[in-house]
Amino acid sequence: MGNVLVWIVWFLAAGGCIGSGVAVVSVTNPFYSALALIGNLASLAVLYLLLAAEFLAAAQVLVYAGAVMVMFLFVVAYLGGRADAPWAGGPPLLRTAAVVAAAALLVEVVVVLGLAWGDNLQDPPQISDSFGSPAEIGELFLTDHLLAFEITSIVLLVAAIGGVVLGTTPEKDAE
Amino acid sequence: MDGPDVGWYLIVAALMFGIGALGVMLRRSPLIVLLSLEIMLNAANLTLIAFSRQHGSLDGQIFALSVMAVAAAEVAIGLGLIVAMARRRIVLDVDQASALRG
Repeated sequence: MGNVLVWIVWFLAAGGCIGSGVAVVSVTNPFYSALALIGNLASLAVLYLLLAAEFLAAAQVLVYAGAVMVMFLFVVAYLGGRADAPWAGGPPLLRTAAVVAAAALLVEVVVVLGLAWGDNLQDPPQISDSFGSPAEIGELFLTDHLLAFEITSIVLLVAAIGGVVLGTTPEKDAE
Repeated sequence: MDGPDVGWYLIVAALMFGIGALGVMLRRSPLIVLLSLEIMLNAANLTLIAFSRQHGSLDGQIFALSVMAVAAAEVAIGLGLIVAMARRRIVLDVDQASALRG
């Protein structure tokens, strides 16, 4: 019974992911595009929960659907109508090539998956209740992955400085 | 494991990656290109988390968190670039911003 429920939740979340992903790419108005991406990120968080990644699901909603998307919406609002660039109007050859390239990527991944499915992708090990909890992730970050943790902070600092530098008007342009 | 096998999650991730790649190649607005990039990064994250579950090890989740931080940094810089372009009255079209083309 619980099994059926998990499948239903999975179907809803996966459908939400794919549907809102298509919406992000196909809608002309960037504002609706950004809103669709919020839906995409939220349904992705549900998939993370099903995979026992509680902390990541929370971080996804807070960092992505919260902070990053607010930044996006601010920029869309700031740019106004200028942000509405149309679909690629170039030669149809380019468009066909893009679709073929994306389809090739997809087929590649699905074939590799199909080959690995039988042996490697079934019967994952039993995990404890605390798998993916903030406590375990935090402990790993401060023991095995301390270097990655520290480098992440430097990356964010550099990005913040870069944002400020890009945002300031250069002296010669300012009048 | 209750519910779908890990492979089903990987298929969703592959579809999302394909959609994101299509968006990057087809759209001309740099904003939507950035949004499509986010979709691709998140597809990779979903794969990492699915394999982390498959192997019962948390390392994949740690990696996914680092990807999230890098994605946030990338958005900050990308949006800064777009705003700087708009201020200099450069047309917001990735096909026309070709000053660096060799």
